[in-house]
Amino acid sequence: MKITVSGEAATVQDGITVAKLIAERDVENPQYVTVTINDDFIHSDDFETKTLSEGDQVEFLYFMGGGR
Amino acid sequence: MAFTNDQLERYSRHIILKEIGVKGQKRLLNGSVLIVGAGGLGSPVAAYLAAAGVGKIGIVDADNVDLSNLQRQIIHTTDDVGKPKVVSAAETMRAINPDVEVKTYHEYLYSGNVMDIVKDYDFVIDGTDNFPAKFLINDACVLTKTAFCHAGVIRFQGQLMTYVPGEGPCYRCVFKDPPPKGAVPTCREAGVIGAMVGVIGSLQAMEAVKYLTGAGELLTGSLLTYDALTNQFRKIKLPKDPDCAVCSDHPTITEPIDYEQAACDFDPKNPLSE
Repeated sequence: MKITVSGEAATVQDGITVAKLIAERDVENPQYVTVTINDDFIHSDDFETKTLSEGDQVEFLYFMGGGR
Repeated sequence: MAFTNDQLERYSRHIILKEIGVKGQKRLLNGSVLIVGAGGLGSPVAAYLAAAGVGKIGIVDADNVDLSNLQRQIIHTTDDVGKPKVVSAAETMRAINPDVEVKTYHEYLYSGNVMDIVKDYDFVIDGTDNFPAKFLINDACVLTKTAFCHAGVIRFQGQLMTYVPGEGPCYRCVFKDPPPKGAVPTCREAGVIGAMVGVIGSLQAMEAVKYLTGAGELLTGSLLTYDALTNQFRKIKLPKDPDCAVCSDHPTITEPIDYEQAACDFDPKNPLSE
C-alpha cells in the first residue's frame, strides 16, 4: 500500500505497524522518536500495535538538543 | 513616542515594509526579548534583534567565551576569549545599536530563578544546547504564559517551533520528557556547522520580530525542520496533546523542574554549557 513518510511517497506492506516502519526506515534513536499519523500523536506504547492504512501521512519528530 | 531622525534612518528598511511600518517599529522598540544561551543560536538572534531595535534584550549565560566557540558563535570575537559570554554579547549588541537596553544574567538558569527572569519579557528564545534547559524554558514559559521559540540543531539538521499561550502545542506536547542522559547526542559529540546555527537562529529572530510586530504567521502548531544536506525545509503540523503534563487543562507539572544533565555534557560551573 502507498503511504507518505516524512513528506515522501512510500510503498509499504499492507497493515504495517508503526514499530515495523520505524525499524525499516532505520530511524535514529528509535526509542526517543515522536510519531504523528495524519497530524495526530501516536503514543510510543502503541507503536507495536498501531497499524497504518493506505494514504496515511507519517511524520517522525526527532529530539535535537544542540544550539550553543 | 516620536522617532528621532537617526531612528527614522536606522529603521527605514523596516518602516517601509507595510507589515511593519511605523507602528511595528514602535512595537519593536517597546518590546522585550530574553535570549537564553549566548552561543550558536543566541549569536544571530542577539545581533539581529539588537539591530532591529528591540527595546530591551536580556541574555542569560554563565559561561565564558572559549576558542572552540568562535567557529559558530559570531556575536563573540577572538579578543573576547575568556570573557563572560553575556558581557561579550552585550558589548556587540550595544555597538550595533545603542538604542537597545541590554540586561545580562551571568548565571545558571534553573528552577529557582527561571520564573522571575522569564516573566519580565514579552518573548523568550531558547538558544540552549541541552534537554534539561529546553524543558525548563518550556515549562517556565507555559507557567508564566510567555511566548517562546524553541530550536535545536544537530549535525546538518535543525528544527524550531513557537509556543504562544493558548494557541498551540508546547514543546512538552511533542517531546514529553527529556531523553535519558547521553541517549541523544549533542553538538559537542556530533558536531555542527556554524552556518547551521546561523540559519536556525535567524529564523528564531524572525519569529521574535513577527511576534512583537504581529506580522504574518508564527510557527505555532508547526515544527519547521531544515536539512542542510538536501536543502529541504519542511513545516510539519503539530497537534496539542490534550494530556500534556504542563499545558493541558489538568497539568501534573505546576512548577519548573531541574532535570539531571547529560553526564558527558556536565560542567558543574555551568549547567547550560555544552
